[in-house]
Amino acid sequence: MRISAETFRQIIPAVSLVLLLGAVFYMQPRAMSYTGLNLLFNLAVPIALATVAQMLIMSVNDLDLSMGTFVSFSACVAATYLQSAPLIGVAILLAAIAVYATIGMLIHMRELPSIVVTLGMSFVWGGLAVLMLPQPGGQAPGWARWLMTAKPPLVPLAIVASVVIAVVTHLIVSRSSFGVLVRGIGGNTRSVARAGWSVLGLRAATYALAGFFAILSGIALVGLTTSADANIALRYTLLSIAGVILGGGEFVGGRVSPVGAVIGALTLTLAGSFLSFMRISPDWQIGAQGAILIIVLGLRLAFNLFEKRRRTR
Amino acid sequence: MNRLHLVFARPWIWSFIAAVIVWFATVLVTGGAGALGLSHAALTFAAFSVIVGLGQMFVITLGPGNIDLSVPATMTLAGTVALKLMDVQDGMIIAGLVIAILLGIAIGIGNYALIKLLRIPPIIATLSMSFIVQSTAIWANRGLRIKPPDMLASFTTSSFLGIPNIAIVAVLLSLAAWVLLERTIYGRWISAIGQSIFAARMTGIPVDGTRLVTYTLCAVLAAVCGYLLASFSGGAALNMGAEYLLMSIAVVVIGGTAVAGGDSNIPGIWGASLFMFLVVSMLNTYGFGAGVRLILTGLIILAVILAAGGRKVVR
Repeated sequence: MRISAETFRQIIPAVSLVLLLGAVFYMQPRAMSYTGLNLLFNLAVPIALATVAQMLIMSVNDLDLSMGTFVSFSACVAATYLQSAPLIGVAILLAAIAVYATIGMLIHMRELPSIVVTLGMSFVWGGLAVLMLPQPGGQAPGWARWLMTAKPPLVPLAIVASVVIAVVTHLIVSRSSFGVLVRGIGGNTRSVARAGWSVLGLRAATYALAGFFAILSGIALVGLTTSADANIALRYTLLSIAGVILGGGEFVGGRVSPVGAVIGALTLTLAGSFLSFMRISPDWQIGAQGAILIIVLGLRLAFNLFEKRRRTR
Repeated sequence: MNRLHLVFARPWIWSFIAAVIVWFATVLVTGGAGALGLSHAALTFAAFSVIVGLGQMFVITLGPGNIDLSVPATMTLAGTVALKLMDVQDGMIIAGLVIAILLGIAIGIGNYALIKLLRIPPIIATLSMSFIVQSTAIWANRGLRIKPPDMLASFTTSSFLGIPNIAIVAVLLSLAAWVLLERTIYGRWISAIGQSIFAARMTGIPVDGTRLVTYTLCAVLAAVCGYLLASFSGGAALNMGAEYLLMSIAVVVIGGTAVAGGDSNIPGIWGASLFMFLVVSMLNTYGFGAGVRLILTGLIILAVILAAGGRKVVR
C-alpha cells in the first residue's frame, strides 16, 4: 500500500504523540488508567481550543499574537460577568467576536501586517482583563465547572473533548465549502477573489470563528481552574503557534490540519507531564520543553527524508 | 513643497511625528516642568529598544516568517554570565563584553543551525532555542545578585554633554547598522533575499551564509543590550528581557520596516522606540491605572499603524 504525502503529513504528529505517551507509560505505569490519563491531559482541552483558533488565523496566512491575552480576557469574563450576570457576559463575548471580525477586515482592507495589529490588540485585551480582575479571583460558572469535571464512562473527559474538538473543526475546515474557501485565501487570495467570492467577508468570518474558539478556550480554562486572573493564559500565544506547527501546519499557503493541531496541543501538554515524571530539576524544566520541541520536529524531518527516499527508489 | 512631500513619503516620519505629539502631550500636563528629565529618560530607555530593534530589523528584512524570539532569553543569559564573570572588578569590563558577544554568536549560530538542519520555521526554532537559553540563565543565575563593576555602572548611568551614554552607544550602533545596510554588499544581499529568496539564490547570492550572519548579528546585539541593561539596572534579573520580546518587534514594524521583508528602515526604529517609551510615561503622568494604561497603549499603537497605513503592494 502506498501512502500519499498528505496522509504522511497527518500521521507524523500522531506518531510523535504515541511515542511520547509510550515514554510516559514506561516511566509511570500507573498513568495508564482513567484517572492517570485525565490528569495527564486535563489542561489539554483549553490549549487545544486555543490552538484551533490560532490555526484558523494561520490558514489565511496571518498570525495572532494576542491569542494568550484574549484567552485570559475570555477567562476573566467567564469568571465574572458570565457567572454573575450571564446576559451581560454573553453580550461582552459577542462584542469580542465582533471585534475579532473587525480586525480581520481591517487587516485586509488596509493591508496591515497581522502581527502588529494583534500585538496592539494584545495590550487592549490585557488591559480589559486587568480592569475586570485586578487581583486573581472570580468564580467559574457552575455549568462550566460541571462540564470540565464531568466523568464520562470508560474514556476520560479530556480525551472525549479532544476528539470532539478535532472532529468538529475537521468538518468545518477540511470538509465544508467554507473551509475550502478559507484555505483558498491562504493559498491564493486573488484566485478566490476572481472566482467571485468576497475575501473581506470570508476573512471576517474566519476571524470571528477564531474568536469563538478562543472564547471557548477561556471558558474551558476557568472550568478547570475555578477562578481566573488577568495573566492566566499568556503562555497560550506561543503554545498555540507551536501546537499548529507540531501538528503539521504551515505559516503560509493555507496548509493547516485541524486534527493535527489538536494532536499538537496534546503533545505539548504531555511534554509538560513527561518532564515532571522525569524528575528534572526545575531549573531545566523550560529548557527540556524546548529540547522536546526540537526532538519532535527532528523526528518529523527524519520521517520526511525516509519517505522521500522510499519514493525515489 | 515637493521636498516636503518627499519627507512625508518616508515611512519613518510617522513614528517621529507620533513621538513628538506624545512628548508635547506629556510636557503640557506637567506645565513644562520635567521636560528635560523626560527627554533624558526617553533617550536612555529608547536606546535599549533601539539596540535590540536593530538586530530584529535585520532578521525581519530576510523575509516573511523570519523573526527572532530568542532575544529576551539571550539578553538575560548574556547579562547574567557577563556580570558573574566580571565579579565587580573594573579590570574585567572588556572580558565581560567579550563573553557576552561570544554567547550571542553561539546562540545565533545555534538558532540558524536549527532552522537549517531541522528545516523548521524560524519562529519555532528561535522559540525552542530561547527555552534552552532561558534555562541556562536560570541555572547560571543561582546565588546572589551580582553588582556590575563601578566603572561600567557609572558609564551606563551617566551622560556626555547632556546626552545619556547609552543613547550615544545606540547611535553609534545605528550608524554602523546603516552603513552595513546601505553601503555594503551584505546589506544588498539581505534586502534581495527578503524580496525574493528564489531570485536571490538564482543570482548566486550565498543565501545560507547571509542568513546565518544575520541571525548571529541579531543575537549579538541582543547580548550586548543585555550586558548594558544589566549594568544600567545594577544587576541581572531573570525577567529583565521579558518586555523586549514584543518591544523589539513593535519598534521595527511601527518604524516602517516592511513585515514582508526586503525593505528596512533604521531612523524609524528610533522614532518608534522613543514613541513607545513616551506613550507609557504620558499615561503614567495622567495617572491612569494599569488596566486603562494597557488599553490606551494598545489603541495608540493601532492608531499609529492605521495612520501610517499599509503600504500598497505593487504587483
